Amino acid sequence: MRQSWWKILAIALLIYTLTAGLLMDVPRLPILNETIRALHFHVTMWFGMILMLMVSVYYSIKYLRSNDLNHDDMAIEFTNAAILFGVLGIVTGMLWAKFTWGDYWSGDPKQNASAIGLLMYFAYLILRNSLTDMQQRARIGAIYNIFAFAAFIPLIFVLPRLTDSLHPGNGGNPGFNAYDLDSKLRMVFYPAIIGWTLLGAWIATVRVRMRRVERTLEDKMINS
Amino acid sequence: MAQEKIPVTESDYSNNSVEMADQLRADGKIYVLVGIIGIIFAGITVYLISTERKISKLEKSVSTK
Repeated sequence: MRQSWWKILAIALLIYTLTAGLLMDVPRLPILNETIRALHFHVTMWFGMILMLMVSVYYSIKYLRSNDLNHDDMAIEFTNAAILFGVLGIVTGMLWAKFTWGDYWSGDPKQNASAIGLLMYFAYLILRNSLTDMQQRARIGAIYNIFAFAAFIPLIFVLPRLTDSLHPGNGGNPGFNAYDLDSKLRMVFYPAIIGWTLLGAWIATVRVRMRRVERTLEDKMINS
Repeated sequence: MAQEKIPVTESDYSNNSVEMADQLRADGKIYVLVGIIGIIFAGITVYLISTERKISKLEKSVSTK
């Protein structure tokens, strides 16, 4: 395995997350009770998603500057992994919300905004698949990807803060939002973000390599 | 408007008024959960590594053809 140190780091951080996340002392807060531990699993999905989308945008820009399809491979596969994390984030969020806010979907601004954000990225996949020419698909995909990211950030970080939301740091409702993250939670939360993100990056790079093998084989078939 | 943040204090760790899974922990059954989730994670990790190995082989065979 080439350059596998960060994969070992990912495994180590995730083993730490799974054990410490379940075993360490957490604040005893009303409504949340033990579900506060979902912080290390649900919230980290979104952090991982955004970090991977940033990588994807970086490679989309690199593609536009170079027209090198290898950069496009990175962009699409990091977006794929990010979408996986986003879907897991929204589904785990619904489950968590059922037991803390009382309903799977409360039409909370951040819930709605993240659903819209996911739909934008589904549209990205459909857009790409509707184009057959590889360079054209990569170029239009890259431009769409950059604009989608530019819309996604205000959707989930800015707009929910301008109104009442059930989510932390957004509005004035019971649940998690009023509490500041304390240092004991951070000791698991930050490693968890890095661990999950690295796992996503690992999955993405495996699929990038698959894509490249596929393309090499196709090129050989055409040239032979 | 966004409300002021309330810091988590020492009493949030020591109070007995909020119900937590204390009995489950006292019985040691939490370790059953940690074990189960750990095994599943290990299984998925091994599967990912073996997939990666297969791709490495494919990469080699493609480049030497």
